[in-house]
Amino acid sequence: MPNALSTFLTLTIDGVSYGMMLFLISVGLTITLGVMRVVNLTHSAFAMIGGFITLWLMKSAGMHFFVALPVGVLATMALSLVLERTLYQWVYKCDPLGQLLMTIGMTFVVTAVVKNLAGPQIQSIVLPEALLGQWSVMGLNISVYRVFVLGLSVAVAGALWLCLEYTTFGARLRAAVDNPRMARCVGINVPLVFSITFAIGCGLAALGGAVGTQMLPLEPYYGLKYLVLVLIVVAVGGLGSLKGSLYSALLLGFIDTMGRYYIPALGGFIIYLAVLAILLVRPRGLVGRIG
Amino acid sequence: MTTQSDAHRVVQAFRRQRYNLADLALVLAAALTLLFGEYYLALAAFVVIMAIFALSLDLAQGYGGIESLGHAAFFGVGAYAAALYALHFSSEPVSGLLVAAVAAGVVGLVSGFAVLRTQGLTQLMLTLAIATLLYELANVAKAITNGDDGLSGYDVAPVFGLFQFDIYGYTGFVYAFVVLVLVYALLKKLVNSSIGQTAQGIRENQTRMRMLGVPVERRLWVLYTISAALAGVAGGLSAQINRIVGLDSLAFTLSANVVVMLALGGTGRLYGALFGAILFVVLSDRAAAIDPTNWLAVLGVVLILIVRYAPDGLAGFVARWSAKRGQK
Repeated sequence: MPNALSTFLTLTIDGVSYGMMLFLISVGLTITLGVMRVVNLTHSAFAMIGGFITLWLMKSAGMHFFVALPVGVLATMALSLVLERTLYQWVYKCDPLGQLLMTIGMTFVVTAVVKNLAGPQIQSIVLPEALLGQWSVMGLNISVYRVFVLGLSVAVAGALWLCLEYTTFGARLRAAVDNPRMARCVGINVPLVFSITFAIGCGLAALGGAVGTQMLPLEPYYGLKYLVLVLIVVAVGGLGSLKGSLYSALLLGFIDTMGRYYIPALGGFIIYLAVLAILLVRPRGLVGRIG
Repeated sequence: MTTQSDAHRVVQAFRRQRYNLADLALVLAAALTLLFGEYYLALAAFVVIMAIFALSLDLAQGYGGIESLGHAAFFGVGAYAAALYALHFSSEPVSGLLVAAVAAGVVGLVSGFAVLRTQGLTQLMLTLAIATLLYELANVAKAITNGDDGLSGYDVAPVFGLFQFDIYGYTGFVYAFVVLVLVYALLKKLVNSSIGQTAQGIRENQTRMRMLGVPVERRLWVLYTISAALAGVAGGLSAQINRIVGLDSLAFTLSANVVVMLALGGTGRLYGALFGAILFVVLSDRAAAIDPTNWLAVLGVVLILIVRYAPDGLAGFVARWSAKRGQK
């Protein structure tokens, strides 16, 4: 196989797995932003919380990565549910700018707490042996870790889709999304549905944050540093559209990975250029429905 | 004509532009800083720069209802423009400020075309994307901007050929303060003029203003461009006084900080921006010296509480208090 092609294929896998991780982190935000109309700038901080809890469980409790990961995700979901029932009730009452300020305040607090507990240094989760190394398939070198991230994200995204399409809860959520008032009239407890959705979204972010530490390393300022990235994934995808988030995360992950490799001089610039171009052509995002 | 009626006319003129005691107090505070705060002049100059920056955001956000999470774009463009002008053309500071204003204004004019087509969340995202784009551009164009190391090594000539920038920062502070007064007066004039009034109308009810025959898009565009140019002035001042421009002048943190300042001070009142800048910069400087991590937590809590209990900020609080006092 020609060298250029194999490089391209390897990069494609890297880009797609990076994109899928971005999708995991940002899919919860598209629901809060697009459906609940809440500017939640704390969302990326939940990814960090998930990552740090997993890290702490592995370090202090000596848990295996595959045990610590689900526990960390569940712990983050519990935390987010508590916050949603308490502090976010204030956030819901504000106008967009107030929501933005309040949630960025929450991100500041989370950042400070994490910095106090975990220290200011950059950390990443030590992967178990099973995920290290590379596979050689037809002259291609594929990192096992990347394939793991890719497989896990695809599985989660698939489960999410099945849950939305074929379960009662999914039907309720879709109803609440399409027309909250009408959904309430037919007896759906819309706030409860949104609470659970919020927690699931945060859990997905936590999962993305925990498995993605090799791509986006953990640090106290994670919540602020990668906030922009998460926001643009949602904005490009179109607010409130799960499908849009998937497309935009894949597209941006792909563009970013390719851009950094083939045009290193431009580095991280390309992704933002792409974002601007997409938003100019389609101000409502790729799959925009709510303007 | 007697001197008394002259004085009376001056008072009338100030009233017409709605100057009040708060403005006088701020001038006094500046004078006291100059007299007694000799060790804090660098900090005071930074306060003044941030005040101008917050004022520029107040014009867009408080009066025009244009929400921005990327106002640092204009600050940074102004800063780099002033620094590059000083480096390659002339070290004369006043023309440098004009260059900074024009450069940032042009960026505002062009980006306004995209930003003002949208509203609400998309608008926030778009301003954010533009600012991040410029940040990455400055990071990539190392030949021009020196990348991470920051642009420095340029001279700034004495202001009007008379006032040399001194090591203690007297000139820097006075220079920045004079610019602040000019900007403030210009904004007072602007927001009380017909364009400022219609802008407030657009903020409250865009459809109605359109029906009244106001060219909504054009008004907002003008407002946004002026706001960008003023942010550029703030950036230019920062470049001239600090003699260095780094990537942080374009960073998201700065955009977020100025939004926070305005929220603390209160939007749509101009002096709210001044209060907010003073409060934020002084507190964060003091607190950062003591304990930067916990300061961030305190700031977060304060921000949450302010939005919850005093959504119109410190200035709104003062306004309510003085209204109450007026009733007695």
